[in-house]
Amino acid sequence: MPEARPGSSVARARDLGLGIALAALVVFSSLTAPQFATAGNLQRIMLDISLLLMVAAGQTMVMLTRNIDLSVGSILGLSGIIVGFYLKDNPETGVLAILSAGVVIGLVLGLVNGVLVAWGRVPAVIATLGTLTVYRGLVFILSGGQQVNPQDIPRHLVAVARPGVLGVPLMVLLAVAVTAAAGLFLRYGRTGRAMYAVGSNPAAARLRGIDADRVILIAYLVTGALSGLAGVLYAARFATVNPASAGTGFELQVIAATVIGGTSVLGGRGGIGGTALGALFLGTVANALAVAGVSGFWQRAVEGFIIVVAVVLDAAVRRAALTGGRGRDV
Amino acid sequence: MSSRVRQWTRDNATELLLFVLWLGSLALGAVISPYFLSVQNLFDMTSQFMELGLMALAMTLVIILGQIDLSVASILALTGVVFGLLQEGGMHAGAAMLLALGLSAALGLFNGWLAVAFRLPALVVTLGTMALYRGAGQILLGDRSTYGFPLWFISVDFRYIPGTPVPYPLVIFCLFALVFFLLLHRTTFGRLVYAIGANQRACRFSGIHVDRIQVAVFTLSGLMAGAAGLMMSSRFASARWDMASGYELDVITTVVLGGTSIFGGRGTIAGTVLALFVIGTLRYAMGLANVLPQNQGVVIGLLLVMAVLLPELWARWRAHSFARAAEGGGLARVKVRERSL
Repeated sequence: MPEARPGSSVARARDLGLGIALAALVVFSSLTAPQFATAGNLQRIMLDISLLLMVAAGQTMVMLTRNIDLSVGSILGLSGIIVGFYLKDNPETGVLAILSAGVVIGLVLGLVNGVLVAWGRVPAVIATLGTLTVYRGLVFILSGGQQVNPQDIPRHLVAVARPGVLGVPLMVLLAVAVTAAAGLFLRYGRTGRAMYAVGSNPAAARLRGIDADRVILIAYLVTGALSGLAGVLYAARFATVNPASAGTGFELQVIAATVIGGTSVLGGRGGIGGTALGALFLGTVANALAVAGVSGFWQRAVEGFIIVVAVVLDAAVRRAALTGGRGRDV
Repeated sequence: MSSRVRQWTRDNATELLLFVLWLGSLALGAVISPYFLSVQNLFDMTSQFMELGLMALAMTLVIILGQIDLSVASILALTGVVFGLLQEGGMHAGAAMLLALGLSAALGLFNGWLAVAFRLPALVVTLGTMALYRGAGQILLGDRSTYGFPLWFISVDFRYIPGTPVPYPLVIFCLFALVFFLLLHRTTFGRLVYAIGANQRACRFSGIHVDRIQVAVFTLSGLMAGAAGLMMSSRFASARWDMASGYELDVITTVVLGGTSIFGGRGTIAGTVLALFVIGTLRYAMGLANVLPQNQGVVIGLLLVMAVLLPELWARWRAHSFARAAEGGGLARVKVRERSL
């Protein structure tokens, strides 16, 4: 496959670049702040990014099909609020049932997105911008503006975000497992491959006999399910679910991680490996800033700066590779 | 004659529908509160959403171009913060206004330049600058607000054209709406914006300076966000880094509800202005009914989705019934003949 080579070498180069940047950051932070390179801090980073990792895996699939899901933060909030209020009255519910509830709620909300986009032909930006506001509105209406308090979250749920097997929290294991599964699915699964096909050339995909609507619907279902699961895990991690803050703005972090990881918003290009690196990079930067004692006020600007630099570098590298460094393409 | 009326109705279906929606939201407001339908109240109400309107005017051009600008609310906030800091530092407020406006245009220019120079989708670029610009405001001002603006600057919404109930924000918005109407519908520049939105590639091959126009439109978008930032600082008599957070969604909702296609090439200023009044009136009426702003999102979000979904379903149903008619069927054939007249 001679056509595949330039693209994949670019992808490898940019993953390598991101990896080097991450390594440099880790080395620099370890040298300047002794408390950075500790097992406790590593665990904190992993806990901080596990929600991001999971939802970004779904977002990668949606973006590969040339769509976008802006509603992930609101799905997280809605699932967290619904399950949280249920637990208030039923604290005895088992962990597995709680996690499944989150997944089911997410599936339903993802189904609405998928139907609107795939069947209703509503542009993804519009459809999920709409559901972002609608779902967030539902969070406020269902909660009556009340938050779920720490004493309402049962202890066995909080344990999910505490050190478990070999000192690793179950939540982190779950995030890693989801990421790995999504990676295998995209690489070897029939539907996973179809996601690339639909995103890179919809007309050709249709001629190949791929049911694009079904593929897009599945991508939204997966993203919804993972966001719903993330909502329950959010409750486990922070032991509070506030209607105004749970998941608000989370969609931007998720898209940032995906885009930094090299997945194109124009579809058909990218993958889980890059997304995972992107999430890890964002999480490490935030942590390194905090450990270095930089004021929290800087974090937002630094995040924005990283996104801009990452996409600009990506574009520059890609163009250099495509034109052999000879100039501009049309 | 009647066919010309029908043609006009068909050409302006979106605007007519929005006008009906606006009458509906006015009726809703009247039912909710007996004080709603007073002239003074109706005029005062507009001051709540004129900043949104200023940004929506420029966003209409951005979206017709086939792009999107997520950073407008961040530019609004940063402009307010910089204006506040400049005049806190002793600069004359008039000069500070000009400098802040210049900055906002430069921020928009930077968006456009990034997108053009590196052939990046504006969605990604402005996603980054959205965090970057708001973060810059946060670094500059920290967790406080700046105030102490001169008296002539503050409370623009409590000033009226002498002898009338017309507040100044509405006047400013109407002037800008007129400017944008002329720019989009009566100049070569406006025609080129439509052309690029409809087929960028063809425009490039026709020797149109696509990049230059795109940068110009993003600069305009930044400038209007800056103007909105000054207006909001005046209304609140203060500025903070987190003001108007999340507003970019309202701006985009307004433009899309106004019938502008997210794929570019289609849209009007009239549609945006009508949609602005629909959303503004609806929010105000819901506020009167004690619906919290957060809960209003359900209605606004549904409105947005329905505005795009229903025409699509309608078109599909029509295509379906035409297809059936083509196959032959008594009643359907009559319908087709009727339409061809």
